Amino acid sequence: MAKLPGPLEIYPLLPGTNCQDCGEANCMAFATKMAEHTVKLKACTPLYEDPKYAKKLVKLEELVTPPVREVTIGVGEFAASIGAKLVLYRHDLRYSNPTSFFLDVADNLEADAFAARVKEIEDWTYTYIGTGLRLDGIALRGVSTDPQTFAKAAKKLTEISNWPIILCSLDPAMLAAGAKAIADKRPLLYAATMDTWSEVGEIAVKHDLPLVAYAPGSLDNLATLTNTLRAMGVKELVLDPGTASKAGLGATVDNFTQLRRSAIIRENELLGYPLLSAPIAVWADHREGEAPELTKWDEVLTAAAMIVRYSDLLILHSADMWTNLPLTFLRSNLYTDPVKPVAVEAGLVEFGDVGPDSPVMYTTNFALTYFTVESDIKQAGSTAYLVVVDTEGMSVQSAVAGRKLTAEKVAETLEETGIADKVKHKVLISPGMAARISGETEEASGWTIKVGPKDSSGIGKYLQEGKWKEE
Amino acid sequence: MTSDKEKSRTTSLDDMFGDFAELVLENVTLEIDELKLALRPAVQQLARAATQQVLALPKSLISSSFATPLGEYSSSIQEITLGATKGQGGTRGNTVTIGGHTAPAWDLFQAPPKHPPIIAADVFDMKIPLAKAVKTHYKEVMEDPAEWAKLVVDKFGADVVTLHLISTDRQLGDTSPNDAAKTIEEVLQAVKVPILIGSAGDPEKDGPVLAKAAEVCEGERTLLCSATVDVYEEIAVAAKKHDQVVLSWTSIDINQQKELNRRLFEWLKPEQIVIDPTTAALGYGLEYAFTIMQRMRLGGLLGDEELRFPISSGTTNAWAAREAWLNEPSLGPRELRGPIWESVTALALMLAGNDLFMMMHPAAIKTVHDLIDWMKEARKVDEFPDWTTLSIPEGV
Repeated sequence: MAKLPGPLEIYPLLPGTNCQDCGEANCMAFATKMAEHTVKLKACTPLYEDPKYAKKLVKLEELVTPPVREVTIGVGEFAASIGAKLVLYRHDLRYSNPTSFFLDVADNLEADAFAARVKEIEDWTYTYIGTGLRLDGIALRGVSTDPQTFAKAAKKLTEISNWPIILCSLDPAMLAAGAKAIADKRPLLYAATMDTWSEVGEIAVKHDLPLVAYAPGSLDNLATLTNTLRAMGVKELVLDPGTASKAGLGATVDNFTQLRRSAIIRENELLGYPLLSAPIAVWADHREGEAPELTKWDEVLTAAAMIVRYSDLLILHSADMWTNLPLTFLRSNLYTDPVKPVAVEAGLVEFGDVGPDSPVMYTTNFALTYFTVESDIKQAGSTAYLVVVDTEGMSVQSAVAGRKLTAEKVAETLEETGIADKVKHKVLISPGMAARISGETEEASGWTIKVGPKDSSGIGKYLQEGKWKEE
Repeated sequence: MTSDKEKSRTTSLDDMFGDFAELVLENVTLEIDELKLALRPAVQQLARAATQQVLALPKSLISSSFATPLGEYSSSIQEITLGATKGQGGTRGNTVTIGGHTAPAWDLFQAPPKHPPIIAADVFDMKIPLAKAVKTHYKEVMEDPAEWAKLVVDKFGADVVTLHLISTDRQLGDTSPNDAAKTIEEVLQAVKVPILIGSAGDPEKDGPVLAKAAEVCEGERTLLCSATVDVYEEIAVAAKKHDQVVLSWTSIDINQQKELNRRLFEWLKPEQIVIDPTTAALGYGLEYAFTIMQRMRLGGLLGDEELRFPISSGTTNAWAAREAWLNEPSLGPRELRGPIWESVTALALMLAGNDLFMMMHPAAIKTVHDLIDWMKEARKVDEFPDWTTLSIPEGV
């Protein structure tokens, strides 16, 4: 793994004035956070404003450049930052900048269809553990092969959307027209190839735009192309070694892995750029009249493999719930900070305006279980007490099987929370998955157990029906 | 940062100039050498700006080559063979071997997987509640484990079968170890592939049931699923006596896994252990399973004797995610949602290093078989279509 700078290497290059402009107590505290990658250098404003720190700034920027550089696409609040990866394996620290999902829009769609497609992409959302999952950007494809149509569509796109844009065409004339039309929105240009590097590189330099180097099937070619574009002065690069699905998936996974390994383990800075994959390429195999589900299925599998194997940006076509749910979930999972504890604190949690007649439920302290239950209770707007039992961070089902969730544990926790003094009933609603210990729990605790739903999505309905109150 | 790092950066910048020098010499100009000399003492930042101005337009590609980033691994993952043919003292038509790896999962440039992963289809010894999308495929065989086993092998292409003896649970029927033995015999008769035996997860019954299974499967080289930190001795003793393999199952805790394996070493040889750190569903803790598997594989390759075992996953757990089965039309057809959930859960864990997948939905089983086939070698891709101009039918 690349050596990441420690606070003692960073500290001497900071102003050392302890001005607290960054929000930290002093420069050492800031240096420590820099080393943990939890603050950005830009927060140290004096470094950037006072010319006397110019030399320090240059050194610091060099020092803290991640082995995979960061590239920002678009402007404003929706801008997408990709890359800035520090480690090969998430357990070595954490992955930063979750893979950006860009969905395609064809430049030759009729106005209504064009707007509808953009809306479909922008509106895709799903609530997951209390946060709204969403997509990230729009890949405008030059299907028309006409530069004027492409430029017009790009312009139109910036009028109806604030989302970051990738201008996609292998024809330099198309990219020149598109870049000219919307350069101020900082689109990513896709792509320069072994044939077009000179013209496309010039467009990127001229408008100071990030650019994709695309050399499918040959890492030597990709290194050469990258080397050349850098020499031309292209500062922000994204690498695409080509995406093939099905029988080509092995080679694709292999290429992406080699590139990321080179950047992080070998510290090969020539390849230290974000990686782009295009699962959308599966649509080349789609035949008119064929069921699109099979192609979508293939697109999901390819995209899932590329999320795991180091893609910083994906270009996708399918905008369905069933295709993007597993992908956005996978992204959330892998980009979760691995030091985040598996368990939440055990004890009593109140939802809504609780009183002596409020229902009492219990669950385990596995973070995922707890947050799912919490989110379901909140979404249902239920008023209830929730007793969180310490199962050493295991889900209900595993904890019952592994005897971390036992009648004694439940009884003990009830006692500790003092819930008996807060309600005037002795009915405890158990998770459906803990049904098998309900008899023992009644004996151990003296509470009546009512078995609740197996999945916490049913809590709202269960409480509303009020069956738990029946004798 | 260290001076090493600075040195490498300087070197690479220098290399870049070196490339330019060759190139520009070809194109008959000496400017570059002068520039290079002038630049050497200058600050790197300035150098970069200067290159951009002076060398704005190279006349041809600046060749660079890619060095394969090989890693160094001192050890390899244990090979485990399941099942035994007639000649080997069993009755199976074939055996399966997992593990044996010398590289991180799917780092094909280093070494392809020694043995590609395999799929075990779950068979239960009694009717159980299943998600509708799964049940559809099993409703005919739900009360007949032998027929169930035939179905998963003949129709769904399972490599091996896991027979889960859940009816032995005191809460679910409390059938005896002898009843279980009868069921095992029936399934052994019904299919020719190796079979694995799963217990109910009842701490009082698991030991006796798996000990009986070990005895009944004498010679068959079965996998006894599972030994846990609470129940392991009786299982390990039986496995030793009857030469079976044991699944060492822990709860998302790498230290617990090492601890349990250490205890099992008292009875078992390395070729008798498969490990399972627990599979959580996509969206519901998958990352814990993913990262532990990745760490176990790397640990094993780097010589950790307590971790160098093939890994197994109860991938069917993917169905614990409500998004896989909820009857909610706004999420799209659940006939697709469920199996893709199981497939993506498997794919992520496959890339983390899993060797044995215990699965249920036939479409997911097919998909994972396809994925293994597609990924086991880096086949040359002949053509990369230009997707930027693809005409994709509207509305799909």
